[in-house]
Amino acid sequence: MRADIVPRPLRGFVIPALLVALWWAAVRFGWSTSPLLVAPGKVWQTGVDQVASGKVFAALGASLWRDLAGFAIGASAGLLFGALLGASRLAERFIGPSFHTLKQISLFAWIPLLSVWFGLGDAAKVAFLSLAAFFPVVLNTFEGIRSVPPDLLEVARVLRFTPAQRWRKVILPSAAPAIFAGIHLGLIYAWLATLGAEYLLVSGQGIGNLMIDGREHFWMDMVLFGVFVVGLVGFTLNWIASRIEARALAWRGRSVAQF
Amino acid sequence: MSRDLIIPLDGVSAPHDFGLDTHRDERTTDASPARRAWRLSLAEQPWPPLHDLLLGWPLPLAVLALWALAAHCEWIAPQVLPSPEAVALTFKESLLSGELWANLQISLVRVFAGFAVGLVGGLALGVALGLSPTARDYVYPLFKAFAQVPVLGWLPLLMLLVGIDEALKIILISKAALVPIALNTYKGIQNVPTRLIEVGRVLRFTRWQMLTRVVFPAALAPIWNGIRYGLTHAWLTLVVVELLASSEGLGFMIVYGRQLFQLDVVLAAVAVVGAVGYVLDKGLAAIETRLLGWRKEAF
Repeated sequence: MRADIVPRPLRGFVIPALLVALWWAAVRFGWSTSPLLVAPGKVWQTGVDQVASGKVFAALGASLWRDLAGFAIGASAGLLFGALLGASRLAERFIGPSFHTLKQISLFAWIPLLSVWFGLGDAAKVAFLSLAAFFPVVLNTFEGIRSVPPDLLEVARVLRFTPAQRWRKVILPSAAPAIFAGIHLGLIYAWLATLGAEYLLVSGQGIGNLMIDGREHFWMDMVLFGVFVVGLVGFTLNWIASRIEARALAWRGRSVAQF
Repeated sequence: MSRDLIIPLDGVSAPHDFGLDTHRDERTTDASPARRAWRLSLAEQPWPPLHDLLLGWPLPLAVLALWALAAHCEWIAPQVLPSPEAVALTFKESLLSGELWANLQISLVRVFAGFAVGLVGGLALGVALGLSPTARDYVYPLFKAFAQVPVLGWLPLLMLLVGIDEALKIILISKAALVPIALNTYKGIQNVPTRLIEVGRVLRFTRWQMLTRVVFPAALAPIWNGIRYGLTHAWLTLVVVELLASSEGLGFMIVYGRQLFQLDVVLAAVAVVGAVGYVLDKGLAAIETRLLGWRKEAF
């Protein structure tokens, strides 16, 4: 069979390898004279230079610091707010509609407003990032708490749990998967928003600024390297979040029932 | 419980997955009967009782009153926060002068063009990945890597390659829509219950019958979720692309107002952006109810 030409584990590499080969050939045989067609080797060289000179780490450090600061603020505010909405019907009816209306506003539309209120510096960026993390965390926390099975709460009532016990032993464990899903999403959003904030509030340092600089100077190698770094960071954040989630939820075990 | 969360998380594990309504996924993947009953009871009551609706009003009205008061007493400079009247007036003026409509129309054309490309590409890719193990082996790792870089990560690269014209917007918007649609289609097809396939086998369905009678109907709900995410993402991307590189459209209105310190223009445009996002999402939700109505009868 034709499909067996390439062993399965290697198949994922076939298309990327072909693309790189094509790229290399395009440079090597001069199919295009565009200055944008840089050699794969040059991109590699730029990457090595950036890493060796530590420039990329400085930019990445600035971006990640803002990312995590904004995420921490947004996620903790989101947890509290989501818990409030989830636990109190009154709060949900009172604040819920306003929250759901604000949620509709496309995330990046906040940036121009925030830039007027907080300036162009780190304050505006962190405020924006916390907003990016806030919404998914609130929604998922709210959903998670609302989906706590009523029978569990009945058991808690039978056992005469205090409110603190009820939260610690019943509500939070039961809502944990949804809450973690929200935090995970919040982290992803915050990273996306970090890039957006650096493009739109152009001041200071960051990986987004690095790429915008590269674009302005037509440094294709720099931009490609930036794309790679951004993907790598996104992947790493994602991976860490999944690991923490798996660790924190390990006690739940896996359902053996199939469908 | 742990089972139903695997699907939503997988569906959103790509870093650009920024459809804010993450709870949407759970609705279609709910496994426990209790939760399903709860959802159904929600579905039967599209409108909460009147006093619930009324309770939502005091807060925004109080904020509005405080805002009006602050503007009236000039506690805050109008460049920082214009009065609500000014925003309403600007809104009315731009509505009457046609400026708002023109920009809205441009934005909508862009978003639908990009979304259409993303929809077709995403469905094709998702179906290919879902149905063919060979396609999955070859393409999925590359697709995953591609999806790891958020839309905004591609922006500088695309600006270099295609400039800042329409092509840039269409490509980015279609990328934003493509990834969730492809991912959800793929997962939806993969997660078709084995027992349904077995029934199909027992009935000796041909491959075509299997696809049209079993696989696609069963995968429709997750696919539709992907489409909703796709449209939400497309709209979000449109706004950010217009903010960054455009000379017309709603996003441009926002940037323009910001540059001239006319926050009333900014706020009016932001309100329209929110309203359009809402209408797009509710429109798809309404179609979903019609499209998936047959499912509810089965439970």
